[in-house]
Amino acid sequence: MVDDNVILIKNARILDPASGKDETGSVLVKNGVIEKIGKSVSSKVAEEIDAQNLWLFPGLVDMHVHLRQPGQDSKETFATGTRAAAAGGVTRVVTMANTIPVLDNKTGIEFVVERSKSEGCVHVHPVGSVSKGLEGKEISDIGEIVLAGAVALSDDGKGVMDAQLFRRAMEYSTIFDVPIISHCEDHNLSQGGAMNEGQTSTFIGLPGIPAEAETVMVSRDILLAKCTGARLHIAHVSCGESVDLIRTYKKRGVKVTAETAMHYLLLTDKAVEGYNTNAKMNPPLRTEEDRQALLEGLRDGTIDAIASDHAPHTRGEKSQEFDLAPFGIVGLETTLPLMMSYLPQQGLNPLDLIRQMTVAPCEILKLPAGKLEPGMIADLTLWNPTGESQIDPNLFFSKGHSTPFSGWKVTGRVEATIVAGRVVYAPSYSPAASLAAARPS
Amino acid sequence: MTTKFPYKHLLGLRGMPRETIELILDTARAMKEVHSRKVKKVPTLRGKIVVNLFYEPSTRTRTSFELAAKRLSADTVGISTTTSSVVKGESLLDTAHTLRVMGADIIIMRHSSSGAPHLLAENLNISIINAGDGINEHPTQGLLDLFTIREHKGQIQGLTVTIAGDIRHSRVARSNMWGLLTLGAKVRMVGPPTLVPKYVRDLGVEVYTDFDKAIDGADVINLLRIQKERMTANFFPNLREYNRLYGMSSERLANAKPGVLIMHPGPINRGVEISSEVADSPSSVILEQVTNGIAVRMAVLYLLVTGQRERSTEEGASSFLWEAES
Repeated sequence: MVDDNVILIKNARILDPASGKDETGSVLVKNGVIEKIGKSVSSKVAEEIDAQNLWLFPGLVDMHVHLRQPGQDSKETFATGTRAAAAGGVTRVVTMANTIPVLDNKTGIEFVVERSKSEGCVHVHPVGSVSKGLEGKEISDIGEIVLAGAVALSDDGKGVMDAQLFRRAMEYSTIFDVPIISHCEDHNLSQGGAMNEGQTSTFIGLPGIPAEAETVMVSRDILLAKCTGARLHIAHVSCGESVDLIRTYKKRGVKVTAETAMHYLLLTDKAVEGYNTNAKMNPPLRTEEDRQALLEGLRDGTIDAIASDHAPHTRGEKSQEFDLAPFGIVGLETTLPLMMSYLPQQGLNPLDLIRQMTVAPCEILKLPAGKLEPGMIADLTLWNPTGESQIDPNLFFSKGHSTPFSGWKVTGRVEATIVAGRVVYAPSYSPAASLAAARPS
Repeated sequence: MTTKFPYKHLLGLRGMPRETIELILDTARAMKEVHSRKVKKVPTLRGKIVVNLFYEPSTRTRTSFELAAKRLSADTVGISTTTSSVVKGESLLDTAHTLRVMGADIIIMRHSSSGAPHLLAENLNISIINAGDGINEHPTQGLLDLFTIREHKGQIQGLTVTIAGDIRHSRVARSNMWGLLTLGAKVRMVGPPTLVPKYVRDLGVEVYTDFDKAIDGADVINLLRIQKERMTANFFPNLREYNRLYGMSSERLANAKPGVLIMHPGPINRGVEISSEVADSPSSVILEQVTNGIAVRMAVLYLLVTGQRERSTEEGASSFLWEAES
């Protein structure tokens, strides 16, 4: 008799960056937890999934996502955003605090935790804000929001201009040993800007955002982390100079970690040519030099994690004049295929990439996930490394469709996404298996 | 010989090939001739609807386009709004689609956002003329400047043209730069470094901070209007100092190359970027630029509608396809 609560995934190429494991074998899942991993694992009662020629790795953890709820349901909801995540092989998303209202108190955090559980199909962890209303004037209810389940603190979407407030928040955060995620932007330097300041902005007449709007704040925040002993995480690093600063101070023992977003690894500000609002995000796409520096930062470990900075907006909002269109593009459904298709040729092998999208963010946020070990929650991604396709935004589960990668060729696709032992996405398996990710009407 | 005009829209001079710019300038020369006729009107655009959609205040450009369209016998409609589309509550695309279904053949648009006309061109199946978009381009101003220079100097190739002032925020500067570079001029830009983006050097433009050096030996000096709000944003300390460092004075004119052309897109700030004596001197072609603007805009409208013209190798416009309405 087959037990519904037992799944055996067999013949898979198992990739586990935490242990460095890369071998063919089987994983047995029981009651949503990994029971056994090995070459000769078997079970008489398990539902079997034959993963011949497929790769199995820990479910991806996207540490930088905007699910937009509460308050901006026209852009995204827990239902649509988590389905987009599942379709991208992501089993855990960290959602930012710049909602309406801002997640600056325990009620907001509780809302996200509870609603995402009932309406979402992957794990959702909220980030609480550093300052009330993201206004940079008073610190949020830091203790209460952490105790309610926030995994980090961030005013993401906005830089914290007041260095004194940021210093206090950092000092206070050490009570809970929770990371502060910094959106590094000096708003005086970036004021009015719509894209990277450089050759392209000069040639097409768009007001620029200089790299220094980021790097000045990266250096400020690292020095404050040094003085407070707080755990600082730099969000969406876009500039080469930022990588240099992080590298230097990491070596000196400052507790700083960093992520970049996938688009900075593949594109430069030239993608804005033609006033393409699908290439408008903040921080903006930078130069080829910056892109190379980010890749080097990933290779040498200066940059710990890759995220999507999934920031959905409606079609109407993105079909405006370039300077009026909001910053942000979607990425939950494209990050894994794009990274797997384009980064191995840059010296980042699949095991590195999977580390940067699983165990690395989990270590930063202290999440009990991102590795394949008996006793861990069975969050798994089954990847088919073959087969070419083109990215088609019309097929996205997300409410947002704005991506500069429309039409890009990718190799490989997600075959199944398993969250706590439950198959939530499996496009080519039986209808029963792909239930949770049914396209919302 | 016919030369095709390969564009459906006029969005900017960046990337426009030399032959196309020359075709517009040649056509404008013929159009200018219409101006000297007793009946200043030809029937080419009869039955066409030309909409002037102005999201920013403008007197000369708007009037100039309107006169150009009327001389070509088009029906013209003017819409001007100082509020942006966002404040008004209707998106730019919705407004433009509304005009399209009302039968507009050409939309001439001025907008405070760079790239706004490109957005229309991508989404609407009618011709769009950029009458100034944000800080990007003002192609008909660039063309009329080229036309004026060519009338006086015979050709553009090999000339040294100095553009002075607030380059960073100037669509006129960008259109001039692209056109001048394509036609083989040497371009110098001068102004306080806060207002001159360094990246223009990548195109071979020479960047100066010293006005006297920048105008030394120049054949043409194009002075840009300086806006007072730049001062409050700390781009420079005050207008008096700006005038001292970058104002075109009689003394500076006396030291300039004999025969130098003084140009300005208008409206001029007397006593700031240009002194009254210089503005009214024989070297100044500022009012001629205005007159030429109508001819250039007629040429653009004509070429967008007809797609080509008979090209005359002779002087004058005898080979034009129409006769004046009697």
